[in-house]
Amino acid sequence: MSKTIITVVGKDTVGIIARVCTYLAGNQVNVEDISQTIVQGYFNMMMIVDTSGSAKPYVEMVTELESLGDAIGVKIRCQREDIFTKMHRI
Amino acid sequence: MINILEVNETNKMIEQEKLDVRTITLGISLLDCCDADLDALTRNIYEKITGLAKNLVSTGREIEREYGIPIVNTRISVTPIALVGGQACRTPEDFAEVAKTLDKAARDAGVNFLGGYSAIVSKGMTPTDEALIRSIPAALSATERVCSSVNIGSTKTGINMDAVKLMGEIVRETAEATKENNSLGCAKLVVLCNAPDDNPFMAGAFHGVSEADAVINVGVSGPGVVKHALESVRGENFEVLCEAVKKTAFKVTRAGQLVAQEASERLGIPFGIVDLSLAPTPSVGDSVAAILEEMGLESVGAPGTTAALALLNDQVKKGGVMASSFVGGLSGAFIPVSEDQGMIDAVNRGALTLEKLEAMTCVCSVGLDMIAIPGDTPASTISGIIADEAAIGMINQKTTAVRLIPVIGKDVGDTVEFGGLLGRAPVQQVNRFGCADFINRGGRIPAPIHSFKN
Repeated sequence: MSKTIITVVGKDTVGIIARVCTYLAGNQVNVEDISQTIVQGYFNMMMIVDTSGSAKPYVEMVTELESLGDAIGVKIRCQREDIFTKMHRI
Repeated sequence: MINILEVNETNKMIEQEKLDVRTITLGISLLDCCDADLDALTRNIYEKITGLAKNLVSTGREIEREYGIPIVNTRISVTPIALVGGQACRTPEDFAEVAKTLDKAARDAGVNFLGGYSAIVSKGMTPTDEALIRSIPAALSATERVCSSVNIGSTKTGINMDAVKLMGEIVRETAEATKENNSLGCAKLVVLCNAPDDNPFMAGAFHGVSEADAVINVGVSGPGVVKHALESVRGENFEVLCEAVKKTAFKVTRAGQLVAQEASERLGIPFGIVDLSLAPTPSVGDSVAAILEEMGLESVGAPGTTAALALLNDQVKKGGVMASSFVGGLSGAFIPVSEDQGMIDAVNRGALTLEKLEAMTCVCSVGLDMIAIPGDTPASTISGIIADEAAIGMINQKTTAVRLIPVIGKDVGDTVEFGGLLGRAPVQQVNRFGCADFINRGGRIPAPIHSFKN
């Protein structure tokens, strides 16, 4: 199964990574890579994760991560990696 | 491995530049539904469509959520009904019953449009073809989601001028039949030349007889993405401009190809084609006209517009062809007036006329599309416009189409609201000189010399 990309964009605040990772750990999602930048106070993070160990339906995880983002005050997107690799790799 | 910049670029295209998959269209052959009994025919049609399409909408939603790319429409196209209804339908009223069945099937399947209430009469009309065509006004006024198309010519056959004459009358009758609703029926009726068998876009979609039993076709879009890419090459020469369009078209099409393959796999229905079209919507930032203006035109319609559209169309194809394993349908830029805010503005400022739009159709993927004209335009004049477009398609070996809306009770200066994706249109001036004697000749215009390639 292909990997999943989780992106988090929004105003920087304490504990963003911790809360996202806590959610992922609770759902048996393995984080394989994290890259992160802060531009003019805006937090911008990308995680590459493997969801194959998770029992949760994919769309449910997408929705729950969106809600978590709303609670933290950031935008969290969870997308299958193919949309990016197909577009940027030949 | 993918990096954060690439991820951000894709998500910016989706969130800010309105990148989307415009339609997943499920093509369904209804040839095995034929029956001499009308009740049996409609029952077979309903069961086949709702059976094959039962997971279509939910699968579209699922793909949309998992990949984070909007899928704006899920639709269905079917075998031209003139072929399917031949045995059972003796009169236009019989055909209108089939239209009602299609409408119900579309509603129950959850799709917003179903195309294929169609006849292919490029060389001649059978009595059943004619009965279907004569039923179009009743069918479109009694249904909500059914789209109709009639192919009246091709490069190989020439133009069926009897059908052209009839379609001028049918467009008018459809306008009359739906006059309470701004003649909206005409927005669901398109007259084509060289119609493709695998077009996923409405209103001209139908499932041609050359197709398999069921097939998934996908129409991509993304005028906003192309416009944004061109903002970064302002003032550069044409080589740079063309490269920018091509690279963007490649990326947009790859997204469409991915969605098509996923939909095909999840539904267990073969993948047909990706249609590489730039399809505008009335929302701001989703305009083909804006791309042309970004290239350096003061307004779409100005001298240079046809050249700008020609290069746009060509580069979209060049970028898109490599991104997809199968390309088909209409593939190019759409230039509907009512569905593109930039086009509406250009008409309102007096920059864009029907004649300039006709010239633009020589180099774009379709034709005169979603244009409101005065409600008192004679049928013969509408036929004349159809004949002109068909001639452009026939001679240039391309698809052309006419979707004109003679809005009953409205005249030049009025604006008509169609709502939703169909948008709104200023009523445009039509040349007032007549062509009735030309249209009334009857018969066929022969196929052009360059069609004899055997």
